[in-house]
Amino acid sequence: MAVRPATLARPAPVAGRPFTVRGLLEREGIFSWLMLSPGVLFLLAFVAYPFFYGMFLSLQDRRVASPGVFVGLANFVTLAHDAVFWQVTRNTFFYVAVTTVLKLVGGLGMALVMNQHFRGKNLARAFLLLPFIVPTALSTVAWMWILDPTFSVVNWLLVNGGVVKSGYSFLGNASLAMWSLVVVNTWRGMPFYGITLLAGLQTISPDLYEAAAIDGATTTQRFLYVTLPVIKPVLIIVTMFSVIFTFGDFQLIYALTHGGPANATHVFSTWSFDIGMSAGQLGMGAAVALAILPALAVLIVGLTLYLRRE
Amino acid sequence: MVGGREFGARLRRLYLPLAVFVVLMLFPFYWMLITSIKPNRELYSQKIMPLVVYQPTLKHYIDLLWETNFLVWTYNTLLVALVTTLLSVLLGTMMAYPLARMRFPGAAVVAIGVAATYLVPQPLLFIPMSDLINRLELGNTLTAVMLTYPTLLIPFCAWLLMGYFKSVPRELEEAARIDGASRFQAMTRIVLPLCTPGLLSAGIFSFTLSQNEFLYALIFLAKSEVRTVPIGVVTELIRGDVFYWGQLMAGALLGSVPVAIIYSFFVEYYVAGLTAGSVKN
Repeated sequence: MAVRPATLARPAPVAGRPFTVRGLLEREGIFSWLMLSPGVLFLLAFVAYPFFYGMFLSLQDRRVASPGVFVGLANFVTLAHDAVFWQVTRNTFFYVAVTTVLKLVGGLGMALVMNQHFRGKNLARAFLLLPFIVPTALSTVAWMWILDPTFSVVNWLLVNGGVVKSGYSFLGNASLAMWSLVVVNTWRGMPFYGITLLAGLQTISPDLYEAAAIDGATTTQRFLYVTLPVIKPVLIIVTMFSVIFTFGDFQLIYALTHGGPANATHVFSTWSFDIGMSAGQLGMGAAVALAILPALAVLIVGLTLYLRRE
Repeated sequence: MVGGREFGARLRRLYLPLAVFVVLMLFPFYWMLITSIKPNRELYSQKIMPLVVYQPTLKHYIDLLWETNFLVWTYNTLLVALVTTLLSVLLGTMMAYPLARMRFPGAAVVAIGVAATYLVPQPLLFIPMSDLINRLELGNTLTAVMLTYPTLLIPFCAWLLMGYFKSVPRELEEAARIDGASRFQAMTRIVLPLCTPGLLSAGIFSFTLSQNEFLYALIFLAKSEVRTVPIGVVTELIRGDVFYWGQLMAGALLGSVPVAIIYSFFVEYYVAGLTAGSVKN
């Protein structure tokens, strides 16, 4: 087959050539924007518009089914003087920080264990991912029953194992309820870390380990100086994704504790739902949701830049 | 070196930790299953050893299917998942293709916009979105969630597919165009078929994610007949302080089955999508 120069392939508009629809469609810019426009318009209407409309709402005293009154930053001032707001802030950051560390450490452990040769590896991987793919609200219902005040299987094991005299009320006690959420979120999210980090580990050439072993590196040294540097980019991306999405977590908390007892487990998403949806104060609810934006914006911009550099 | 010592090392480094992970990850599912087939006298007794079932029964399943709207919820869930998946993969493909393979003015802005919309968390949008849906008079219709789920899925699909589209050599497309194919034909006949694994990944993902969606469904679907499985189970099977745990677990288990089946057939594509694009939960 004769090779022609690539430039010939581009139908450059030649002077005097008749104007046709097809010729127009062959132009890169026009073709591209025709393809893009349905998606772009959809995202403008259903993501960009609500996003900015939410900012507008947060500056209003706006109840369901009544017109809004512009109040400037009054909603934010009210929030800043509300002790619950600061409790919700602490809860959110605690929840995100603790679950992230646990998922990262547990996930890395899972990946290292899975990165060995054994029979049935694909099957094990498929099973380990199940918590991540099953609808969260449904698996959370199973956890409600595991943590039930009266019939908890955990309490049964603790009591009958002679560890404690009487069982705990996991979801009725402020700090136990928060730790219960941490456990369930970790259970659900750890496989995501485990399987993506495993993919990262599999890119490491065995030669590197052999070279390190010949140089007399111990297992710990090999992990620190060979494994970690290679999977660092994956580690960073996975962690940042997970942090952003954990900040936005809603259904797990809503289903397991509803933010209770006494606001002890409310995070931004569940609290703004209570205010905006259950109590119908759209303006205040939007303000609560937006209060998380500064922290998120730093993360989102950071991740976007990092991804574009990669 | 063969024998005991090697097995001991393998036990310590592989089998034991693997067993711990598998048991921890799968125990809640075992618990769902076993609770759903226990008769009430075994469920609500602190004396009986709870880890096994003595007299299994299907009563909870029968009650679930006959006395609740579970089958309607399942139908709604699958319908919504199917429509949103098709819509998201279609629009995602249409966005990803030019972004990955063309040079045109505005490309950088759109690419950043897609990444940003993918990362904006739902809790920032649901209150204004509820107002928007109310104004469109779509409350309590499946259209409401069919329109809102793709906001989560289109950016994901676009992003995932961009990677696949970039990997197809430009020469293949140019050869087709020399033979007279238009840009559109080069896309549908050359590039897309080569990216079938990517399209499958995007589809499987969208399908599982839309069955997992909770917040929009909770806000927009307040009537039982239009609810999806997660919302129906959490809002209707949990009745006040009285729990019907057998039925609840039967619902949770059955509700997970469609996702699990699809997943088991396409595990490899799911994992590929997971590692390529990372995931919104």
